[in-house]
Amino acid sequence: MAIINSIKAVTEALDVAMERDPNVIVFGEDVGLEGGVFRATQGLQQKYGIERSFNAPISEAMFAGVGLGMAMNGMKPVIELQFQGLGLPSLQNIITNISRMRNRSRGKWTAPLVIRMPMGGGIRALEHHSEALEVIYAHIPGIKTVLPSTPYDTKGLILAAIESPDPVIVLEPTKLYRAFKQEVPEGYYTVPIGEGFKIFQGNDLTVVTYGSQTVDCMKAVELLKASHPNATIELIDLRSIQPWDKKMVIESVKKTGRLLVVHEAVRSFSVSTEIITTVNEKCFEYLKAPLSRCTGYDVIIPYDRGEGFHQVNPQKILVAMQNVLDYKF
Amino acid sequence: MKTKYIGKFDPLKDEVVRVIDKDGKVINPTLMPKISDEELIKAYSIMNLSRRQDDYQNKMQRQGRLLSFLSSTGQEACEVAYTMVLDPKKDFFVSGYRNNAAWLTMGQPIRNIMLYWTGNEMGAKAPDGVNSLPPNIIIGSQFSQATGLAFAEKYQKRDGVALTTTGDGGMSEGETYESMNFAKIHEVPVVFITENNKWAISTPTYEQTKSINLAVKGIATGIPSIKADGNDFLASWAVAKEAVEFARSGNGPVFIEYDTYRLGAHSSSDSPDVYRPKPEFENAKLYDPLIRMKQYLIDKKLWSEEKQVKLDEEQSAHIAAEFAWVEENKNYGIEDIFNYQYSELTEDLKEQMNEAKEFFAKYPESKDGGHH
Repeated sequence: MAIINSIKAVTEALDVAMERDPNVIVFGEDVGLEGGVFRATQGLQQKYGIERSFNAPISEAMFAGVGLGMAMNGMKPVIELQFQGLGLPSLQNIITNISRMRNRSRGKWTAPLVIRMPMGGGIRALEHHSEALEVIYAHIPGIKTVLPSTPYDTKGLILAAIESPDPVIVLEPTKLYRAFKQEVPEGYYTVPIGEGFKIFQGNDLTVVTYGSQTVDCMKAVELLKASHPNATIELIDLRSIQPWDKKMVIESVKKTGRLLVVHEAVRSFSVSTEIITTVNEKCFEYLKAPLSRCTGYDVIIPYDRGEGFHQVNPQKILVAMQNVLDYKF
Repeated sequence: MKTKYIGKFDPLKDEVVRVIDKDGKVINPTLMPKISDEELIKAYSIMNLSRRQDDYQNKMQRQGRLLSFLSSTGQEACEVAYTMVLDPKKDFFVSGYRNNAAWLTMGQPIRNIMLYWTGNEMGAKAPDGVNSLPPNIIIGSQFSQATGLAFAEKYQKRDGVALTTTGDGGMSEGETYESMNFAKIHEVPVVFITENNKWAISTPTYEQTKSINLAVKGIATGIPSIKADGNDFLASWAVAKEAVEFARSGNGPVFIEYDTYRLGAHSSSDSPDVYRPKPEFENAKLYDPLIRMKQYLIDKKLWSEEKQVKLDEEQSAHIAAEFAWVEENKNYGIEDIFNYQYSELTEDLKEQMNEAKEFFAKYPESKDGGHH
């Protein structure tokens, strides 16, 4: 097994998929010769030719729609958007056409395409490059949304997305592209869409997170040992946010009685809202503390000088965990 | 490929392909396409059927038995022409929402169209072997979908063509330009059409663009672009036939502007009398494509008033029978709103479907509670 980072895992996933199926093609802004702004598609044009890996004109609404047409007609397009914040014109087609095609044609036409995009902050980028808008995608019926946090999951989830008969949005935390390496199997494997991963087992508090906050949460759990040496934390990486692993979270909260949801996206009308509501409905009588969350504030993502105030970090998570653990009725 | 129309008429000079005048007289015999008498009669029959269906549906809508719908009245000639030249099994028609005559020509049964306008998605499902996509309410988006379908045809080394259409209003959407740009870059077999019917709801074309016409909008992308009289079936058919052959032969996309006129309302819910100048409308009626085509056929001894009476009777009976079927079959069960979200029902949706079933089993009448 090779030890690689997440960006290399993206490339490997695409390489494996293109090798297996000639109908898999990749396109997006600058993805051709140069390999995209993060070099995720580097080498693919050289290996598979300009017909299968090419630059798209800068018109995201169009190329999402074009991808839909290709997918309806037997192909497996994997479309790259440069940044989530720059790809918003594509939402027009994601919401109005891609997510609805199976339903509006009553199954005659389907849209098995994949749209990938870097997302999230913490990379000292310019305005519109650090958005965490996952909830917009999670809110749309008809598409699936995955959000890997490790090189292993990145490759496995992208391959699962390509295999999926439904349209899948892959949100790739930019901050983690080159943050660390991991052993990743060569060749083909998938990580099932909708299944979470338990990073730590624990009995006292369930922490649910995804994306780049998995790393922050792991650090916070380490820091917690100083103040709460006897507390054990069950840390869950959701990996998919629509569908999300409701069963894993509910079983965990029934065991621990406490929940903290962590994400960098703004607080209101967010993934944490959904999880907390569900847990409230399903295991109210098991709870030992109010359901809690540690998130970004409801503000426009600050530029670099202010981003540190907004970003979730291990210290913020630590305080949030302590508050839940120390709560007394 | 040697062309007779594409590249021979300059959109920058507002040149228009026209074969017959408003009275059905041939004015440009050299432009006459090779089309059989049988095809001409078939085309006229579908144009007539679509017009009668529009009239019938308007009545049903007034009675509250049909939702608002968008009629093709006035635009039947070009719609029938450009879909007639497609092979519905291997070519794709990516429609807008005002395409009744085109849907009929592609082989969409009337009952499906009516079902759609009663609010049942099943109506958007074309029969097996008919590559006609559901109506596209978001204007402009059909251009990108057609481009993708055409890309896949070329990529997979098949020879199907995708044909798509929008109105003059749709040409103001960025996606139409973006799609033509991409289609030309990849030289995919797609025919883009705009049916310039002069009104986008209540906005006239002259408030939509200051271009000399819409055909010039294709020129910036490098796509051969042409303008034809969309109320002249012969001109419409000639240009469409050549465009589809042009694209099918590997020459890349074509853009056609059909000069036509929306004789009806935007939808059955609005009144054009509020915004449309009466003299303009009265003048447009003189160019009604059905009248022109009928007169042309009569002059050619292919048609008569007796045949017209018989056709109207047959088609009226057929339309009424289809609507009767629709009224019997327009509703569906709870499962249908859940079943087509994903390839398989998710656990969440199963739970929500069961919740809905239990609720409506207990309170069956409340299903209609959302309607006032």
